[in-house]
Amino acid sequence: MIELRNLSKSFLTGDGPVDALKHVSLTINDGDIYGIIGMSGAGKSTLVRCINMLERPTEGSVVWDGVDLGTLSKKEIQQVRHQITMIFQSFNLLMQRTCLENIMLPLKLIHTPRAEAKARALELLETVGLPDKANAYPAQLSGGQQQRIAIARALATDPKVLLCDEATSALDPKTTHAILELIREINEKMKITVIVITHQMSVVQEICNRVAILENGSVAEEGDVSQVFSNPRSAATKALVYPDMAEGIDSFGTAHQQMVRLVFQGAEAAATPLIAQMAIDRGIAANILSATTRTLGGKVYGNMLLNIPGGPDELATAVKYLSATPDVTVQVDVEYSAGQPAEKEGDVR
Amino acid sequence: MNDYIATYYNPEKLAKAWVVIERDFLRETGVTLYITLMATLFAIIIGLPLGVILVTGDSKGIRPLPKPLMAFLNGLINLLRSAPFIILIVVLMPITRAIIGTAVGNAAVIVPLIIAAFPFVARLVEGSLREVNPNIIEMSLSMGASTWQTVTHVMLPESVPSLITSFTTAITTILGYTAMSGAVGGGGLGNLAITQGQQRFNQAVLLAALIVLVILVQVFQSVGTWLARKSDKRLKNT
Repeated sequence: MIELRNLSKSFLTGDGPVDALKHVSLTINDGDIYGIIGMSGAGKSTLVRCINMLERPTEGSVVWDGVDLGTLSKKEIQQVRHQITMIFQSFNLLMQRTCLENIMLPLKLIHTPRAEAKARALELLETVGLPDKANAYPAQLSGGQQQRIAIARALATDPKVLLCDEATSALDPKTTHAILELIREINEKMKITVIVITHQMSVVQEICNRVAILENGSVAEEGDVSQVFSNPRSAATKALVYPDMAEGIDSFGTAHQQMVRLVFQGAEAAATPLIAQMAIDRGIAANILSATTRTLGGKVYGNMLLNIPGGPDELATAVKYLSATPDVTVQVDVEYSAGQPAEKEGDVR
Repeated sequence: MNDYIATYYNPEKLAKAWVVIERDFLRETGVTLYITLMATLFAIIIGLPLGVILVTGDSKGIRPLPKPLMAFLNGLINLLRSAPFIILIVVLMPITRAIIGTAVGNAAVIVPLIIAAFPFVARLVEGSLREVNPNIIEMSLSMGASTWQTVTHVMLPESVPSLITSFTTAITTILGYTAMSGAVGGGGLGNLAITQGQQRFNQAVLLAALIVLVILVQVFQSVGTWLARKSDKRLKNT
């Protein structure tokens, strides 16, 4: 278990101190694939570097299995880093070394006998699906293959935790999917806790079970992925979950007082022709402003933004009608823009 | 122009020059190579670690050293690099005598050459190591490597092609410096060109020495470039 307790980090820059992290508290349980998502500059990279002490927090502590990493000596931190390993957006392989030698590198650092290290590296090449690339140089591989080698290298010392810093951001969608599958497999088979730093919603949706949304160095929202994404509360989360919402809606002018958001949970609810049914049953022809369906943790979630024509009476009727349907959540008078401060305040911890 | 050729390249002069070339050139080429290679070797032995320290000990390096120490090292390097080699040979004579027992002869040239060349090598090594991708260094630290391990397992291996290019530059520069060895009684092609050629009005000897020196530089440079390319695994299809 990794606990971040009240973690803050500020950097001294030419323009004075900059707070990259502000009082971040998170708990990551063993076996989690924990997503930390945010826009660029939200502090994600700093946060992940605090977990393995590449960055020393200015305040607060990182506690791993009961040990406060901030109290350890340099030597002890190096030991910890064999157990909490890391992969990167730019893969960071040694370009002058073969794939095999790259994977053997962490083992060399802990003075593993060469034969043993080589056997382990070959085994890991199998694990990541590149058994024929032992003697290839990284420059001869594609991005996805390079990341696989980097993953193999990160697994060489049998770590307990794998930190992924934007590990798929440089890859195309298909390769991203394959790498995420591999990470999920590693998490399940080797019981390695994974912490995923990303700016891509799709990454979190695809593999994470828990998520924290980071905004301006603070945690805006945190919890189970299905719960956070199906019912986002903070403005930052909404901006991520409904990226299509902020634009286009202004053109509806004052109509937004009459707006309703529907969240369908599960395939059954998502398959219901609810809006058409409402038009028939109640004579209210709702205008669909936006609609999406996504899969979170194997469950289907639908999401719809409606404009209800008419006055408050029609709105009340519509809400009543829609709420009566099982597995459908209705929110009235939704905030549609990412920058609404009123809602944000309540959610900042 | 015709007068010049008649004066310096007439059959009589050419015959005299040939005597010198036949008698001395092979030996003096050997002396030049000996002085150059020894000086380069020791300049690298001192300059390589110093270059590493300049990078790792920097305030933004992986193991920052006290600022006054870094300022001293940088100052010393700049000082030595700004002294003309011919002055350095003379100024360093007492030190040369203290180290190898004499201040004249071929071995005596090597000491000031090393002292002139190691700061240059240190700067070249510094440049090569600063080219190493900082993300790769961060990767090394993230997997628990110590400073020493990061230098030996990551920074140096990753910069091998660049280091070979740097050392090639160093060896050709040192080869040029050996021409001044005559100032303290050292030999070599440069000295031969001055004493047998220029001072005895035999331009043909000078020209012949120049040609051999040009060939030596070409050979060093070609071998260095070839090695650097061959060692670089970033190029695809190698």
